[in-house]
Amino acid sequence: MANDTQLALWEVFIQSKSGGHHVHAGSVHASDYKMALQNARDVYTRRNEGSSIWVAPSSCFSASGPEEAEMFFDPAEDKLYRHPTFYTMPEGAKQI
Amino acid sequence: MDATAVQAVFQDKIEQDLKIEPKDPMPDRYRAHLIRQISQHAHSEVIGMQPEGNWITRAPSLRAKQILLAKIQDEGGHGLYLYSTAETLGISREEMIEQLQTGKAKYSNIFNYPALTWADIGAIGWLVDGAAIVNQVALQRTSYGPYARAMFRICKEESFHQRQGYEIMANMMKGTTEQREMAQDAMNRWWWPALMMFGPHDKDSAHSGDAFKWRIKRKTNDELRQKFIDKTVQQAEVIGLTIPDPDLKWNETKQGYDHGEINWEEFKRVINGNGPCNKQRMEHHIRYHEEGAWVREAAAAYHEKFPTD
Repeated sequence: MANDTQLALWEVFIQSKSGGHHVHAGSVHASDYKMALQNARDVYTRRNEGSSIWVAPSSCFSASGPEEAEMFFDPAEDKLYRHPTFYTMPEGAKQI
Repeated sequence: MDATAVQAVFQDKIEQDLKIEPKDPMPDRYRAHLIRQISQHAHSEVIGMQPEGNWITRAPSLRAKQILLAKIQDEGGHGLYLYSTAETLGISREEMIEQLQTGKAKYSNIFNYPALTWADIGAIGWLVDGAAIVNQVALQRTSYGPYARAMFRICKEESFHQRQGYEIMANMMKGTTEQREMAQDAMNRWWWPALMMFGPHDKDSAHSGDAFKWRIKRKTNDELRQKFIDKTVQQAEVIGLTIPDPDLKWNETKQGYDHGEINWEEFKRVINGNGPCNKQRMEHHIRYHEEGAWVREAAAAYHEKFPTD
């Protein structure tokens, strides 16, 4: 068992329909990108869920942490004026 | 894959109305067309920050200042989405910036006009962003996947830009005589350049043929311009502004407005570098690019020192 390896972890992104975004689906283990793509296909698109797959080594990802989330996203919280509903439109104006 | 095979695979996808993705086969001319269009779109967002930035410190209230800052911040963000989109086609950010600064790549002509009064900030949001939105909504259906997705995001975010501009105009029209005159003056100066944003008439449009064949473009310059005029006239009337076009007339048959002659001589003059602010816009961009070099150098030096951070 000393030499056992589960191989490296890869993150998988699936584009379900042509034109859509690639959305994170999960991860797979693989020794290289080719194996990662094939494993991702077998694990995540057995029912035609995909039209395209991206894989990237998990070690390449950085993620923001839950403990800092409040402070991290705070700047967006009090800016209601970034939304169209903030503005008063004159009575009768159309298509605005 | 040779050029003929590429063409066949590509054209088949286009006919089926499927999106083209970065790794799909595509003709060189399609790639070049997109790089030109998307990079110029990006440059327009970035240069477009200048006429409005001019008013941040002079906004008439804290509310107005916060809104203007948020809008300009969005424009910068939209430039970044678009630069990234162009990068998927194999051009680097450095090359694009160089093309802008050497005049090889253009940006929307409209940003070569100055924002003279606070009413101009209203007119820019309402008319310039209004025209841009008409154009960008149509581009949500463009054939290049990353570009179409960027357009969805941008349109969603821009929905407040036009409303904040219209709100400024509406408020000024409820104000003093001077404020109403100021609003009308801004309308008079921005209306025609806004119509020019859609580009030359269909019969004179140089790049249109390929753009339609490749479904980069779905609607013609004149169709989009018509759409913009038809929705804007009513909005002007509601707040008491006059469209500065004596020939503007409702056409019952086409269920749209006929408009007067656009001054294409002025359009050509401005696009060829002789507008009121061309020189200033480029000098400003180059100056801040160069003055910001130390930030990029410091970031690179930090990375070299702490490569795993």
